[in-house]
Amino acid sequence: MNINVTLLWQMVFFIVFVWFSRKFVWAPILGAINERRTTIADGLAAAEKGQQAEEEGRKQAEQFVVQAKAQANEIIGKAEKRGSELVEEAKSTAKDEGERILNSARDEIETELNKAKEALRGQVSELAVAGARQILKKEIDPKAHSELLEQLAAKL
Amino acid sequence: MASSGTVTSGEYIKHHLTNLTYGPRPDGSWGFANSSDEAADMGFWAVNVDSLAWSFILGALFLLFFARVAKRITTAAPGMAQGFVEMVIEFIDENVRSSFSGKNDVVAPLALTIFCWIFLMNFMDLIPVDLIPWALSLVGVHFQKVVPSTDPNVTFGMSIGVFLLMIYYSVKVKGLGGFAAELTMHPFEAKNPILKILLLPINFFLEGVGLIAKPVSHSLRLFGNMYAGEMIFILISLMFGSGIILSLAGGTLQFVWAVFHILVITLQAFIFMVLTIVYMDMAHSHH
Repeated sequence: MNINVTLLWQMVFFIVFVWFSRKFVWAPILGAINERRTTIADGLAAAEKGQQAEEEGRKQAEQFVVQAKAQANEIIGKAEKRGSELVEEAKSTAKDEGERILNSARDEIETELNKAKEALRGQVSELAVAGARQILKKEIDPKAHSELLEQLAAKL
Repeated sequence: MASSGTVTSGEYIKHHLTNLTYGPRPDGSWGFANSSDEAADMGFWAVNVDSLAWSFILGALFLLFFARVAKRITTAAPGMAQGFVEMVIEFIDENVRSSFSGKNDVVAPLALTIFCWIFLMNFMDLIPVDLIPWALSLVGVHFQKVVPSTDPNVTFGMSIGVFLLMIYYSVKVKGLGGFAAELTMHPFEAKNPILKILLLPINFFLEGVGLIAKPVSHSLRLFGNMYAGEMIFILISLMFGSGIILSLAGGTLQFVWAVFHILVITLQAFIFMVLTIVYMDMAHSHH
């Protein structure tokens, strides 16, 4: 219970301990605590950011799907329309072509027919002249009676 | 000690309250005192070896443990030791932040050292009072007070240490004039310069008493609480030498008092720390 030099020694210990504690205990430990604190805060912020980005990405993907569906529907509609158009076109082209072929055949038949008629007419007139010559012999001059013969051939 | 029979209660108590003192003997040679009277006669240059040794050992234990953890500290998931140390550090940091408004990176380690060191010194109170003195008596050490905070030298040593820091930072922050003005211009203020001079000694007396009262009350609060607690442990242990019924009653009492004392030792360490922070805050704040 006596106050003595113990007091001064205790003061020296006290000051040395405080100095030691400041230099080798407090600074490194609090530094580590603060560092971890910022790391955790950064991590949490990054996680939140990631979640937001994911949400955004999902929304964008949904939008893309909707757009793609609409586009696909449009393309299908166009293709169907174009298909029917093509069929229609083909139909009309075929019809026209058929008519054209028919017409040309008809024309050909007619020309052939006319040709045959001409030929037949010529042959009949020759035949008639030959027949008449046979009958009349010398009396008939083909040159003098050619007009008459032609009239005859036209009547046939 | 109580079991030796030839020792009276008074002697037993007195024996327990005597430090192992090393100092100059009347004949001029240095040595350990053989009685409390002899220790008292040694005067100022005597050293309470037990108080200093325990105080140093406990402080060093605390610092080495904390420094060891600090050296291996990792910012990844902490282990058990690191978790405990970080918990203590954060507790202190929170207290310093809430009470200390200035900017000084000495205050927090100061508070940490005070809290842990005083807690450990107080904790020695929970060790049965006779255990360590008995063990040391076997190797020839006859006096031993194992609770350093029941020695006023120890508590005053720390409170005066805090007081000197407080004066140092007062002068550093406010300047010598500012500090002097703080001591002489309050609590009575006057605009008239003559009145000011007249009030100066009154103010200085009042503020001076307040200033000196700080380290005194600071250390006596801790010393008084711990001394009284130790005294009760000694009184309870007196019962162990007086029959089986009283021994059992004493055992129960000792247990109950020890449980209660867990609160006291923590609280006293905490109060000493908080007052230190408050005093340091006063040193840094302008009025």
